[in-house]
Amino acid sequence: MGIIDYFIKKKQPSSASVAKERLQIVVAHERNHRNQPDYLPLMQQEIIEVIRKYIEIDQDQVSVQLDDNDDCSVLELNVTLPDR
Amino acid sequence: MAKIIVVTSGKGGVGKTTSSAAISTGLALRGHKTVVIDFDVGLRNLDLIMGCERRVVYDFVNVINKEANLKQALIKDKRTEGLYVLPASQTRDKDALTHDGVEAVLNELAEDFDYIICDSPAGIEQGAQMALYFAEEAIVVTNPEVSSVRDSDRILGILQSKSRLAEQGKQVKEHLLLTRYNPERVASAEMLSVADVEEILAIPLLGVIPESEAVLKASNQGSPVILDENSEAGQAYSDAVARLVGEDVEHRFLEMQKKGFLKRLLGGK
Repeated sequence: MGIIDYFIKKKQPSSASVAKERLQIVVAHERNHRNQPDYLPLMQQEIIEVIRKYIEIDQDQVSVQLDDNDDCSVLELNVTLPDR
Repeated sequence: MAKIIVVTSGKGGVGKTTSSAAISTGLALRGHKTVVIDFDVGLRNLDLIMGCERRVVYDFVNVINKEANLKQALIKDKRTEGLYVLPASQTRDKDALTHDGVEAVLNELAEDFDYIICDSPAGIEQGAQMALYFAEEAIVVTNPEVSSVRDSDRILGILQSKSRLAEQGKQVKEHLLLTRYNPERVASAEMLSVADVEEILAIPLLGVIPESEAVLKASNQGSPVILDENSEAGQAYSDAVARLVGEDVEHRFLEMQKKGFLKRLLGGK
């Protein structure tokens, strides 16, 4: 880096640290989904359809997650209801 | 009994074939009888990198289909004693590799060799899954770049769920090989560092191969870069092979070379 760069350098996060942060988020997200059964996306879609019969919601207001603990699996369904 | 090692990455163009060629040559140089198999059916390139493209007569798929025996298909490397190449088929599609066929070939090779290196195709489809299925160890080739790191994590997930060892409830031994590393760009925070990639992927580091002109030169000439003993890349591969066989070798070429005061002042590259 030259002397001129040194003086005009802006205080911005480095591109490497941006890359690391983005990767950490996406990798953590994908690891969560890694061991999920194939039917989960379709089931999520159908659950959304059912809820939509009664309440106006968006796709991203429902999250479905399957957690495997030793001898029991927990299906977690999270619906964010719109403000009244 | 041979040790089966897959060289894989998910993403294409990160250096799987370059690394397969270098590592198999390095193992043979250390006196281990080694065969390197090209699993990239339809897009064969290991033969070019190894410099034996004009000596390919029969290939992996011919052996699986019993159109040729292993002895006819194996190409003995002219430079390195104890090194053999099993080329991929150039004409058939990736589904030509059957599970039973690959297993039979690997079993036959295992009687004769110390190491079987499987050069995986890019992607996560059948060809890549076949290359990693029988592996006991995996070398995950990664560039310090977002898409490569993400794809490496994907392939690690497949190793941990779809390999034979995983199906038996065991673990494939994983190694991280970071290639095309540029210490200058890391120092100026323009590139993910070794520590960053290690932290994200959380697997042991086998080696760091610096970005080097020697790699292109070696592939131009069809000579594995590890044979270029004067190049940093060649030396880094030698170190990685030493670690692969269990030696404790310190990592090199991680720091940028110090520039002179004037050069720094003027921002020279």
